[in-house]
Amino acid sequence: MSSTRRRDDRRAAWWFLAPVLAGFTVFYGYPAIRGAWYSVTDYTMLGTPAFVGADNYDRLVHDSQFWRSLLVTLWYVVLNIGSQTVLALLVAALMHRLTRSVVLRATLLLPWLVPNVTVGLLWMWLLDTNLGFVNHLLTALGVGPVGFLTDAALALPSIAAINTWAYTGYTALLLYAGMLQIPQYLYESAAIDGAGEWRMFRAITLPLLRPVLALVLVVSLIGSFQIFDTIAVTTQGDPAGATRVLYYFIYQQAFSYFQMGYASAAAVFLALILGALTAVQMRLLRASRSDLA
Amino acid sequence: MRKFLGWTVLAVIVVATLFPFWWMIRTALTPAGDLLTDNAGLLPRDPTLINFARVLGLTSEAEARAAGGSGAHIDFARYILNSIIYCTLIAAFQTLFCAMAGYAFARLRFPGRDLVFAVVISALMVPPIFTLLPNFILVKDLGLINTMAGMVAPTLLMTPFAVFFLRQFFLSLPRDVEEAAILDGNGPWGIFWRIALPMSRGPLITIGLTTTVWAWKDFLWPLLVGRGEQNRLVTVALGVFLQQSPNTQPDWTGLMAASTLSVVPVAVLLVLMGKRLVQSLNFTGSK
Repeated sequence: MSSTRRRDDRRAAWWFLAPVLAGFTVFYGYPAIRGAWYSVTDYTMLGTPAFVGADNYDRLVHDSQFWRSLLVTLWYVVLNIGSQTVLALLVAALMHRLTRSVVLRATLLLPWLVPNVTVGLLWMWLLDTNLGFVNHLLTALGVGPVGFLTDAALALPSIAAINTWAYTGYTALLLYAGMLQIPQYLYESAAIDGAGEWRMFRAITLPLLRPVLALVLVVSLIGSFQIFDTIAVTTQGDPAGATRVLYYFIYQQAFSYFQMGYASAAAVFLALILGALTAVQMRLLRASRSDLA
Repeated sequence: MRKFLGWTVLAVIVVATLFPFWWMIRTALTPAGDLLTDNAGLLPRDPTLINFARVLGLTSEAEARAAGGSGAHIDFARYILNSIIYCTLIAAFQTLFCAMAGYAFARLRFPGRDLVFAVVISALMVPPIFTLLPNFILVKDLGLINTMAGMVAPTLLMTPFAVFFLRQFFLSLPRDVEEAAILDGNGPWGIFWRIALPMSRGPLITIGLTTTVWAWKDFLWPLLVGRGEQNRLVTVALGVFLQQSPNTQPDWTGLMAASTLSVVPVAVLLVLMGKRLVQSLNFTGSK
């Protein structure tokens, strides 16, 4: 019985796996190797890639545009993750202590469901220097029109704020789901001991939420490093490269200048950062298995 | 008093969440000529549906031009249909194939299982931008640029996350149900199809829903592969529309009408499946 089953299993298994293994080989495994190969070649998408050794990497190290885009990315990540996490914690904690409403949760989820392109357009219009609603309010308050997306100093913070709007609700709901796993009696006994809300948050919620918070933080970081859509719609890396994040830099090298080899070398660099973050994420995912199924 | 303060903060957050959507719809209902003069009230003075009509391709070129458009051909009804086809194909096939693989990795015994699983999962560490360039060249060499096939190809069969997620679930299925099915004469396929799949409706819906949402939001890949009018998705169409402005100022009323249309399907999804979507949030999103 059991040996026939094992034989059945063996034969069936490869049929079960066939579509996924095909997809993996053609669109993940093979292109990953191709990408690494392109990074040591000169390739314009016409003709064949010509091997150039470490030239692309050498050029990358000496390219001030590249370093600037890396700096812009890091600055964006700090701004976005900072505001998003603090706000999301606040919203999650308030919901946790005040309401279980599904309608409220669904409302907070709405901006996350919307394409980033739509989000970008929406805020481009709200922040428009001449006709935008935000500047309309500011003008009424006596503050002159502000070029949120056209002023080099403001463009990146504005985009960080836009994506904070888009992702805070989603992040808050992930944190809220983690908070629901904290035993209620802890709060009850703390309340009997006369602890205030802030003290409960610091002594109970925050420490017990730490594994979930760490995972959410890493997931948001991975997302933040890959910001593209919003920038492609609103600023296209401008003004003067102030919003040219690494992802956009790679896109431009590949599809505006057709420097596939050079773009691939930069992509290798980003892949190393993201690969490390994903490895951390996998560890955290395994550690909190209960949250998965 | 404290509770009141908490509720006030939540109310402010809800208003901040919803107001941009309101302003989007409000602008979509405003005649283009009124943008300069009528930008204060919560409702437009002269509400109109012309902006929706022209982005849905229901007006003549002259009418569209008169209403502030560029006169370029725009048909958001078609782009939305394209997006729905794109999402449905990807969500349905990816969920099925990843469930099959997840089941095999969790429940079937065969040599090399753990190694193959480890290799597939290692793809999680390869970021999309890295495979994007070679995949684009591959799809181009296959002559699939500007086809639906080229657009869905990389995600139709699998994503590493879906395999990981579904395997995790199948690991927790009780063994004795399978044993009973074997005694009834079922092979691995019968067990999977008749027992395992029906028992996993929750996780399957979860992964199907999140896949749908991500596919709806997809932009860069469809932009590279499906720029042409035939297979253009909503997100790509919005980007193209933005560039087709008639004068120096973007066609805001038209853009907001089109943006509203791009939100409608996911808003409907939220209303129909709100509870399910909210519940499915426990770390299925990895972007």
